[in-house]
Amino acid sequence: MDELTGGERGSAASVAEPVIATRGLTKRFRGGQLAVDGLDLSVPAGSVFGFLGPNGSEKTTTIRMLMGLIEPTSGTARVLGRPMPAAARTVLPHVGALIEGPALYGFLSGRDNLLRYDAADPTADPRTRGARVAAALDRVGLTPAGAKKARAYSLGMKQRLGLAAALLQPRELLVLDEPTNGLDPQGMREIRSLVRELAAEGTTVFLSSHLLDEIEQVCTHAAVMAGGRLITQGAVADLAAGARGRLVVSTPDTGEAARVLKERGVTDLEVGDGRVTGAAPKTSGPGLAELNAALVHAGVRVTGFGAERASLEDAFVALTGEGFDVTG
Amino acid sequence: MSRAERDARGAGAGDEGDGPGAGAVVGAGVAVGAGAGVGAGTGADVGVGAGAGTGTGAGARGMRARKAVGPVRPVSPLWSWGLLRSELGVTFRRWRTLALLAVLAGVPVLIGVAVKVETGDGSTGSGGQGGGPAFFAQITHNGLFLVFAALAATLPVFLPMAVGVVAGDAVAGEAGAGTLRYLLIAPAGRARLLLVKYVGTLAFCLVATLVVAASALATGALLFPVGEVMTISGVPIGLGEGLLRVVAIALAAAASLIGFAALCLFVSTLTHSGIAAMAASVGLLITVQILDTIPQLHAIHPYLFPHYWLSFADLLREPVFWDDLAKNLGLQGAYAAVFGAAAWARFTTRDITT
Repeated sequence: MDELTGGERGSAASVAEPVIATRGLTKRFRGGQLAVDGLDLSVPAGSVFGFLGPNGSEKTTTIRMLMGLIEPTSGTARVLGRPMPAAARTVLPHVGALIEGPALYGFLSGRDNLLRYDAADPTADPRTRGARVAAALDRVGLTPAGAKKARAYSLGMKQRLGLAAALLQPRELLVLDEPTNGLDPQGMREIRSLVRELAAEGTTVFLSSHLLDEIEQVCTHAAVMAGGRLITQGAVADLAAGARGRLVVSTPDTGEAARVLKERGVTDLEVGDGRVTGAAPKTSGPGLAELNAALVHAGVRVTGFGAERASLEDAFVALTGEGFDVTG
Repeated sequence: MSRAERDARGAGAGDEGDGPGAGAVVGAGVAVGAGAGVGAGTGADVGVGAGAGTGTGAGARGMRARKAVGPVRPVSPLWSWGLLRSELGVTFRRWRTLALLAVLAGVPVLIGVAVKVETGDGSTGSGGQGGGPAFFAQITHNGLFLVFAALAATLPVFLPMAVGVVAGDAVAGEAGAGTLRYLLIAPAGRARLLLVKYVGTLAFCLVATLVVAASALATGALLFPVGEVMTISGVPIGLGEGLLRVVAIALAAAASLIGFAALCLFVSTLTHSGIAAMAASVGLLITVQILDTIPQLHAIHPYLFPHYWLSFADLLREPVFWDDLAKNLGLQGAYAAVFGAAAWARFTTRDITT
């Protein structure tokens, strides 16, 4: 964002300023491999932002650039309105992050791990350190295990401790990279409710995940990345609406139905057991009612007729065109 | 502290990472509370202040809108000290560090017992004939010499090896474990973290040397008579003065490790593997020690970090012979400057991918 020059742009412009804004963010690793390619990401303030992408789509490299751990080859990144990594010292105390899983000192207790991370924060008040550590442990339900050595923690407990480290201070932005990895369903639910709770308090949450239903359940906005490029971003509802739904016709006369639909220009036809599906017609083409009439007119016994709404998963697959475990 | 107060003080606490441009952004939101914003200020306040001047129009509404974009908590004044304390805690609570110190403490005990056993069977203390390592012959006459003997025995290999393990692992170990990324996003600051790591390593050098000296002093006092010290120059000095020399020698030995510690820390910034950094550090130590013994290479000897290590013995002369001690300190300082700068250049630009 360009600096404000005075009061006239003032409030209106500043309300819209995104919490994370990148422009042409690019990372080329030594050896010439292009990891992140011209990313223009915009995360609105107060949103729960889902960052989606198949494995290998360089989501983590992007997050590391946002956190100042990796220097971009070109392009700019602004976090909380300030340039990264130049303003890391002022920005990062307001950002809690869990990146590529937790990392702990195994020979220290959970509590001592948090004390260590808190000591590294220049804005953390040593006088309130003990209380804040206790509160963070409590928030993730680790108080009973606080004195236990971290190496004895289960994966889920380590994940919780990592989250506690991100919650040591009140944060403006929380960056969570695959926060439910290694958690049991109960733990996943807890994390989701924690995310909702934090969002309700006004914290912007940037949630990277490959679990679509997770994103659909908690996120207000999402971006999809594949092969180091940003495919799309926007409100989750818009993204799902963007993918075309499926036309579903239930009928015993599947062959005849498929022929009639094809004649009428319906594409991507699939004939199943007692049902024919195809891409829902565009608004410019023949309407649903017209198609139904054509089917009945051709003597097809239609027992069910309708359009299925597209899920985020449909949108995702339509955009990335590949399975989740395929590396980009 | 209320939100508004925090915003206002935040403007004052802007730091060097924050250019004048960013200051202007804050300024718009902070105009109302600008007066309070000076308290915790650092050098970069200039930029922030200028912003505050132009932002009058934005008013309180602007401040609320800025909520998400950068109120700054004041930097805790004792922060670096807290980080250093945490670093020392992490270093000295590690089982490995304690094991190293235990081994180092064992060396003087081993020497003391060996000398005692060897001289206890009737052969006299002069049986050493000067054939053994430095100071061994004098131990039976004066337990204080066990300190000098133990330091002379551990300084070439054991002590620097221990330093190589601790310093080599300092950055690489944290990178390998992934804890480095969390320290950096805390944000500890790369230069500051490196400095804290170096100071922590130096603290280990000092503690390790003192452990050897203290263990030697205790063993020596227990097994042998303690009294007037006969200096290398042949002039005896009193026990009190002798003890002072012991302390000075321990400090000189610890200071001998300054250069090597910086070298190890630099190696540590090159890799993600703590083991690799430790192995490289110890390998370097052995290589340089070998180079230092090859007479054909005498031209480079004065530039090798271990070359003047045994100069601490000059503290046992009367009067003290300072030349080599000063050269040693100068050389260690030069190594610390060169490899400290190299480590800084490497660490502050490195991509943290672990």
